Amino acid sequence: MIVPPFQLAFDHAPYRLSGVVYGTLLNHRPAQQALGAQMLQAPYKAAPKAPVLYVKPLNTLVLDGAAVTVPLDAPELEVGAALGIVIGRSACRLTPQDALDHVAGYTIVNDVSVPHDSCYRPSVRFKARDGFCPIGPAVVPRTSVAHPDALRMQVWIDGVLQQETRTGDRVRNVAQLLVDVTDFMTLQPGDVLMLGVSAGAPRVRAGQEVAIEIEGVGRLVNHFVAESCNPGAAA
Amino acid sequence: MKTARVAYSGAIHTATPHGDQLRLADGRIVAEEAVVWLPPFEVGTLIALGLNYADHLKELSKELTVTAKDEPLVFLKGPGSLIGHRGQTRRPADATFMHYECELAVVIGKTARNVKKADAYGVIAGYTVANDYAIRDYLENWYRPNLRVKNRDTCTPIGPWLVDAADIADPMNLALQTTVNGKVTQSGHTRDMIFNVPFLIEYFSSFMTLYPGDLLLTGTPDGVVDCQPGDVIVTEIEGLGALVNTIAAQASATKP
Repeated sequence: MIVPPFQLAFDHAPYRLSGVVYGTLLNHRPAQQALGAQMLQAPYKAAPKAPVLYVKPLNTLVLDGAAVTVPLDAPELEVGAALGIVIGRSACRLTPQDALDHVAGYTIVNDVSVPHDSCYRPSVRFKARDGFCPIGPAVVPRTSVAHPDALRMQVWIDGVLQQETRTGDRVRNVAQLLVDVTDFMTLQPGDVLMLGVSAGAPRVRAGQEVAIEIEGVGRLVNHFVAESCNPGAAA
Repeated sequence: MKTARVAYSGAIHTATPHGDQLRLADGRIVAEEAVVWLPPFEVGTLIALGLNYADHLKELSKELTVTAKDEPLVFLKGPGSLIGHRGQTRRPADATFMHYECELAVVIGKTARNVKKADAYGVIAGYTVANDYAIRDYLENWYRPNLRVKNRDTCTPIGPWLVDAADIADPMNLALQTTVNGKVTQSGHTRDMIFNVPFLIEYFSSFMTLYPGDLLLTGTPDGVVDCQPGDVIVTEIEGLGALVNTIAAQASATKP
């Protein structure tokens, strides 16, 4: 069996990503506040207890500089800027004290989505399209990022600043998120766990360029292009 | 052909059935209890269906606020939850309702994008049996079913075999059955799927590229019951084999 051509190599352990990428939703306090009383109403009926997680599958993963296709049926996409926590050591049932020891470093993830209102049972069509998860440009070693919970994050579209938030103000900070996730699932070296997108994610259309900058981690740039009217031939 | 992936004598081997025993690729014949069974192939993207049998939908309908109508209910899983045949799945100490789900698992064999129903069988490498355990205590209404319910370590046994597509005349005509300690608790039939395999391949490949090794878990029929530590759960599908799994107790979630 083969694995799709996705490879982000870097010059410290574990040297490459595994291709397993988890997203985290509603971890930014303002994102939960924006839902307000809705969280207690149907269909949710209560605020989330466990981290709200989802998978970005292999077909979504692309590198810095890759073009991202804007599907014909969704002309506007949401740009979900997130800090990517790259696992360095097999991480199972971590504690707040040892969690960060299991981190190899940090990268930038653009968690692209088709905009959708419901967090109840959203279709995978919203998050799992080809190319919907640019990652990179590099994995910056943990030792170079002294305060992962206090980094400035900026989203630029065609050179204009559209969103500025920080990695702080989270329901779970980096260490606590690792503790709560690894309580029930082991993360392996090269896996990526997103800290979660911030409230107020900007939108992008075909023809535009998105740059996500995270202080001390780098700048991830991708062009968004229109899907051709005659999409790829059947296999 | 049926193939398994097993660990034996310090290495990982491809194995084929040899009567009640296994034949390793190098010709050695070994007892099936003498090996550690691994998932039968390297799994890529793991796609799972919820509520894809009309009877199971009815069984759970009291707790649903939406049901499958025009679009399948789908969730994605990571590879970490997978274990092989004869493995142990751990039940958390605080769980009150943990149930198996016997599912036909479809293994993709070709890179597939925009495949039509009529061509869908051409991209399938083969089939295996999956047991997609769920712990209902942890179900919440955010990106339901959440990963704490459906993506736990050890909670997705698959196998024993990867059975070549050519060996299964019609995957939509297979009996499924689960036994708990030898007693039949679930029995169903793949013809009762709401969205059948060709539909699912057309649907998924219409918005995402499927790759060789990707796996579709096609949902489970009616008849799920609670499983306790020590229970032996056998999920079986006609022509594919019987996947054996034992429930083990897991200590509370605090660090030892």
